[in-house]
Amino acid sequence: MAKTLFEKIWDKHVVKQIDGGPSVLYIDKHFIHEVTSPQAFKGIEKRGLSVFRPDQVVATADHNVPTLNQHLPIKDELSRLQVQQLIENCKKHNIELYGLGHPFQGIVHVIGPELGITQPGMTIVCGDSHTSTHGAFGAIAFGIGTSEVEMVFASQCLMQSNPKLMRINIEGELNKGVVSKDIILYIISKISASGATGYFVEYAGSAIRSLSMEARMTICNMSIEMGARGGMIAPDEITFSYIKGRQFAPSGEQWEKKIADWKELYSDAEAKFNEEIHINASAIEPMITYGTNPGLGIAINGLVPVAESIPDEGERNNIMKALQYMGLESGKSLLGMPVQHVFIGSCTNSRIEDLRMVASLIKGRKKHDQVQVMIVPGSQQVSKQVQAEGLDKVFREAGFEIRQAGCSACLGMNEDKIPAGEYCISTSNRNFEGRQGAGARTLLASPLTAAAAAITGVVTDVRELI
Amino acid sequence: MNKVTTIQSRFVPVTMENIDTDQIIPARFLKATTRDGFGKNLFRDWRYANDDEQQPKADFILNKPEFSGEILVAGKNFGCGSSREHAAWAIKDYGFAAVVSSFFADIFKNNALNNGLLPVTVSESFLQQIFAQPNTTTITIDLAAQTITIDATGQQESFEINSYKKTCLLNGYDDIDYLISMKQEIEIFEKELA
Ligand code: SF4
Repeated sequence: MAKTLFEKIWDKHVVKQIDGGPSVLYIDKHFIHEVTSPQAFKGIEKRGLSVFRPDQVVATADHNVPTLNQHLPIKDELSRLQVQQLIENCKKHNIELYGLGHPFQGIVHVIGPELGITQPGMTIVCGDSHTSTHGAFGAIAFGIGTSEVEMVFASQCLMQSNPKLMRINIEGELNKGVVSKDIILYIISKISASGATGYFVEYAGSAIRSLSMEARMTICNMSIEMGARGGMIAPDEITFSYIKGRQFAPSGEQWEKKIADWKELYSDAEAKFNEEIHINASAIEPMITYGTNPGLGIAINGLVPVAESIPDEGERNNIMKALQYMGLESGKSLLGMPVQHVFIGSCTNSRIEDLRMVASLIKGRKKHDQVQVMIVPGSQQVSKQVQAEGLDKVFREAGFEIRQAGCSACLGMNEDKIPAGEYCISTSNRNFEGRQGAGARTLLASPLTAAAAAITGVVTDVRELI
Repeated sequence: MNKVTTIQSRFVPVTMENIDTDQIIPARFLKATTRDGFGKNLFRDWRYANDDEQQPKADFILNKPEFSGEILVAGKNFGCGSSREHAAWAIKDYGFAAVVSSFFADIFKNNALNNGLLPVTVSESFLQQIFAQPNTTTITIDLAAQTITIDATGQQESFEINSYKKTCLLNGYDDIDYLISMKQEIEIFEKELA
């Protein structure tokens, strides 16, 4: 029978199908971090259990870590305790930890792929909604809650109901200045922040196939922002050559065998999806969000919608509330609006390719005086590469501040926050109220659009600079 | 886990749509390493001005003493965004036993079910009917019968819940007990997978 990519992987991992209920799904890889794991460790300990398959768990500290002076103790006491607890829990349960000071430390969704741990055909979970990132390799990867983290600790399995399947086909060539972040912001703006709830999404089409792995990860990363459990892309030569030679990638005979298996991972021509969406790549322009959920986005040269004229009452109230929080006006363009901060980082856009893209745009230019620019590489390895390629010099000369790896200003949990009322063009994935700090106003955009604003000090159409 | 059977109570309406888990419990309150005590920070930034417990925002529903009850009723796409289970813990710790909406985000729904907090999905029109009720109206949610009733008017709707999850809630079982009981099967499966 014809199967989708999702079904091929899922079916192979079902240990048991409960009558009238969920499936017991076997999990190949389990990533953990300091915020969503402590209660799960406590939970299994209370039951007198130890971690069932510690070799399949990989830990890092990312959400709570400072991005300056990582060699010093974390100042905030609760953050320090949470990171300390992770160290103790990993030690007690024999889990490999890439914590602060380790050369592999970084944002969990950056390090998994870059170390070659993330591989096609796997089932991957993490107590973090952006686990969908790993789907870019043709894996079933999704975020889970802490009780589910506890389940995986206890049994390496999860109870899961079958999701519906959606395929989003993007055909054609991308316009100048348009990158993968724009593709996903465009999709979410079209289908809304809840448009894919209940679905697992496969991204397909010539525009997707032309993308690098980093760019594919950016797209899969934000699947959750339209409600999807996860997103995935069929692996191909680009995927294989990205994985080859990485730290934990298979090698030798094992590699040949894996490649043969991975080549079977695609949706059969006759396979059925519950929903298919077709998008023409050439319709996509550089995007920016104006509201307080990632679905509220427009083309950079477009206008904020006129909230008062939206017929649906719920949506109208939503947008009015969002505009009020953001301090923006209905019907206006965002171009030329001053911004105070630019944040380039997060599991969406902190990989080497993102930073190269920024460097190539700003080379020989200087940031605007009124803007603070923070670049936060996704991992220690990305930091090292930035230095090896001399990008750090380009950033420093432009007046950008380069930090150490972590989630940083993506979420207002660590020291990096945006002050209340100020605007930040951010390459992260969420513009919720208070996401970057209480009262902070976030405009989501691509690394290129963010870099353009860093130079001009205002919301800018990057095409004017290239 | 606690058993869930029938809940009859007044309700607290939060009519906004797309309420994300960053609003339910902001990230800066996720530093605890236990499951307790999150209720006091539920909807923190909507509840207090300047993050100061001495300055409750009078117009936010949780600060209006005339609204109370064990049932939270919210606009569609409730619980979207971050997977933080702390959101479900905070709602439960505050004293809610059920959340009613016309649409729930997936991970939130699972998290709620795993904590004995009942998510009840109703039609958009039923949701609006609840919102239109005075604050003294009580609502009855009967899990066994899978019905939700506005007691004052008798309007009723049935809601769906996975039969396995329903059994778990009615009996206070959780998935972990079940998974642990499957260890042997899992080990055999692992050998076949390898
Ligand atoms: S970078 Fe942001 S979205 Fe990604 S894992 Fe960290 S906090 Fe979550």
